[in-house]
Amino acid sequence: MLEAFLSSTISMAAPLLLAALGELLVEESGVINIGIEGVMLTGAFAAMAAAYATGSIAAGLGCAIIAAAAMSALLAFLAVNLAVNQVVAGTALDVFALGVTGVFYRRIFGVTGQALTVRTLPRVGLGPLQHIALIGPALFDQNALVYLSFGVVPLIWFVLYRTRWGLTLRAAGERPEAADALGLGVYALRWQALMIAGAMTGISGAYLTLGYANTFVEGMSAGRGFIALAIVILGEWRPGRIAVAAVLFGAALALQFVLQAVNTGIPYQLFLALPYVLTLVVLTVVGGQGRAPSSLGEPYLRP
Amino acid sequence: MRQPISAAGKPLAALVLAMALVALALAALGANPAATFAALAGGAFGNWLAFTDTLVKATPLVFTGLAISTAFSGALWNIGAEGQLLAGALAATACGIHLAPMPRLAAITVVLAAGAAAGAAAGGLCGWLRARFAVSEVISTIMLNFTALQMLSWAVHGPLMEPSRAYPVSRLLPASAWMYRFFPPSRLNAGMLLALALAPLCYVLLFRTNFGFQLRALGKNPRAAAFYGIAVARTSVIAMALSGALAGLGGAVQVSAVSHRLFERFSPGWGYEAIAVALVARLNPIAIVPSALFFGALDNGAQAVQRAQGVSPVLVQAAQGLVIFVLLAFDTPVLAVRRRRTISTAAEPAEHADA
Repeated sequence: MLEAFLSSTISMAAPLLLAALGELLVEESGVINIGIEGVMLTGAFAAMAAAYATGSIAAGLGCAIIAAAAMSALLAFLAVNLAVNQVVAGTALDVFALGVTGVFYRRIFGVTGQALTVRTLPRVGLGPLQHIALIGPALFDQNALVYLSFGVVPLIWFVLYRTRWGLTLRAAGERPEAADALGLGVYALRWQALMIAGAMTGISGAYLTLGYANTFVEGMSAGRGFIALAIVILGEWRPGRIAVAAVLFGAALALQFVLQAVNTGIPYQLFLALPYVLTLVVLTVVGGQGRAPSSLGEPYLRP
Repeated sequence: MRQPISAAGKPLAALVLAMALVALALAALGANPAATFAALAGGAFGNWLAFTDTLVKATPLVFTGLAISTAFSGALWNIGAEGQLLAGALAATACGIHLAPMPRLAAITVVLAAGAAAGAAAGGLCGWLRARFAVSEVISTIMLNFTALQMLSWAVHGPLMEPSRAYPVSRLLPASAWMYRFFPPSRLNAGMLLALALAPLCYVLLFRTNFGFQLRALGKNPRAAAFYGIAVARTSVIAMALSGALAGLGGAVQVSAVSHRLFERFSPGWGYEAIAVALVARLNPIAIVPSALFFGALDNGAQAVQRAQGVSPVLVQAAQGLVIFVLLAFDTPVLAVRRRRTISTAAEPAEHADA
């Protein structure tokens, strides 16, 4: 029971983590991407459509990355080049993505939604490690995307804090005027961050269809993108803490499966609402945006 | 006279451009754009019943549009009109089905007040979390949207479920709590009149009262507003509560005047659509009415389009996104800066030659 819960926690945490790490890059560059939910949904749909058409999971992942990056590019153009309000543009992107994926889904697969299934990603067990009691299945018997998500944590840390690009990126988010005066190219940096995050969020969306649902349902991201935004705040814009926060929310999502299996008599809607309520409570406790990049969310116009 | 015309020009141009993009998308999807738009217009305005139904569908958008206008005017990014509307509908239903026998006007008032109070609580909570704990209202309002959705689902599967317990819908409200309807079989109702009355009231609040002035000052520049002695925390909590109350009232009106009961998928996304409604109206409460009418027609027509052309009504959501994108692009500060630069270059050529 506990073993299954832990395994499910890590599996649920992975797409949240990947999306949150992408969002971290974007926010370090000074942009807040409320459209992350729509980007994730786009990735989920593109992955399913391509995997269904070709029978190849790799093609699904590739299409998810391309489609999600295209959605991110739309936001990048509005938020970076046109310097419009980022919250409004991001929210519009969420609504837009919900409509676009819905139209394509019904156009391609009809409204019946008859047993549309694709193969799911196989689990990759890491030899004897997966047989360790309790934590073995959780940590060493997951699909490749789970290893990827957690593997990216040190990579993002290294890129942000030990590379020149990471330094310039953070400068763009702290003091864009100064960064531009130094010739660092704030617009280019923000575009790069949004494109990389778009690809990461696309994979995260693909995980929803290819990783556990093996089908697509309209609006299936169900707030996971927004939860990733909260994870960045809870993780105080640090990759390691973001991983811990993602596992916490993974546990909140996993709880509903475990408790449904046990049948406690508690209404299941309570468990479905748990991650959202948890987000509110956690943000209230952690509070302030003190560690946020100084220019987060402020449109920047090149002088 | 030129000011209002140019003020209406941009949103209209944005709507036309967005619709042109939708037509392109339709053509790409293999549907006939001209026939689609004809079916859309027919479904929205083709006959008396279609027309009245457009008005019915526009009504919740007026309430939520006013909610968004109020919050956005103070740069309070309330993305939670959806959850506040659901909270209002839930409270109105819970209150309505347990109502003791009382005169009709009293019953309706109680039901609507319950809806507005629930919405105000949801919105006010987010305003307070922002003022007291610096929790971003964007995130908190979105989280309450999902929470409200689950609470509603629990309510119609549990305590409010209809007596036969066969369907996940609530019991019917007693007829004494139903808002007045006009010209049956149309569903025209007193809720629309309430919406029409609230629009100028919100205008007066925003543009003719001290509170409205402070709220808009907050929206323009929060730091300066605080410097000039505006109580930022208090103003934002009140504005968020008011915004939530308007959305919650919209949910209560929908229950009391149209559906008479609660069910899952109660709202097709009125709270999100409201953002497009409010932006097209330029956050002006009076302009919310025609803007809501446009989007109500779009929603109503989209269902006819599905029957005639097999184009899914979710296309409307894509269109909403497009309208906002185009409007934002039209309003880009990049253009304003360039214009200012051109003017200043013309005025002071010497200074710029030095630089």
